[in-house]
Amino acid sequence: MAETVESPLQHHFASAEQQYEASNLGMWAFLVTEIMFFGGLFAGFIVYVSFYAEGFAEGSKHLDIALGTVNTLVLLGSSLTMAMAVRSAQRGRRNPLLLFLGLTLALGLVFLGIKSVEYSHKFHQHLVPGAGFHFDSPVAQNVQLFFSFYFAMTGMHALHMVVGAGLLTWLMVGAARERFSAEYYTPVEVTGLYWHFVDIVWIFLFPTLYLVARHQ
Amino acid sequence: MTHHVVPVRIYLLVFTALILLTALTVVVSFYDLGGGRLHYANAVVALTIAVTKATLVVLFFMHLRYGSHQTWVFVGAGVFWLLILVGLIMADYLSRPWLPAAPWLG
Repeated sequence: MAETVESPLQHHFASAEQQYEASNLGMWAFLVTEIMFFGGLFAGFIVYVSFYAEGFAEGSKHLDIALGTVNTLVLLGSSLTMAMAVRSAQRGRRNPLLLFLGLTLALGLVFLGIKSVEYSHKFHQHLVPGAGFHFDSPVAQNVQLFFSFYFAMTGMHALHMVVGAGLLTWLMVGAARERFSAEYYTPVEVTGLYWHFVDIVWIFLFPTLYLVARHQ
Repeated sequence: MTHHVVPVRIYLLVFTALILLTALTVVVSFYDLGGGRLHYANAVVALTIAVTKATLVVLFFMHLRYGSHQTWVFVGAGVFWLLILVGLIMADYLSRPWLPAAPWLG
């Protein structure tokens, strides 16, 4: 008996177009809540950097600008491959879709790998806030506060990357099973929106944490 | 269902612009743009470049340029609320005088 193909159009939508618009707008609504979520972290950072500019500058200078720059380029590259994946899905090309999803996932994992190298450096340098924190400076307390923000913000960002990697894996399984076509590729499109958003968060995190005090 | 398929050329142009802007923001960050007086000049330049990069990603990679009016309203609302969040918090903290702590609080 042939397997019944489930139509992607759910019964509570009038048309495929309406369903697509609703899913798309739903993802944007979620991303707006994410703007507010990361916005809170950034607002906290801005308040404290305005209080403790000196300590935050000292902390910022202990971040690895080379690894940070490479990671920025890796993430921008993953956004390009994600955009190409969506484009392949729009045109109903399965193999390019799989290729670009795979490249995006690989670049995402490279980002997380580099991030974990940076984290382990911070552990070895005793720059992780807590009992093991050690920093020779009259403003060591404020440096510790900078690193609290660093780990909270990049950690939250990395968590979003892990979720994104899971979504990409799920998309690849779906693409391999021919779930997507030029008529129905909504999951690829909205996952793309999410992935690009996480990229944008990093676009702001990078100068905020790594670059702000380089000139001093 | 027909949606706007963006030409590869545009994606590559946007990507190139993003790479160049990243290089620019890294190089510029090593120079004191305020000449030792305007201590926030570097932050303003870095933020301007970041906003430009984010705008490119939103408009082209996220297809907002080809998106519906509702999508524009959602994105606009998100940015507007973010400005309220940061703006009002800073208006409070920057205008609030800090009283010295009471002696018994150490």
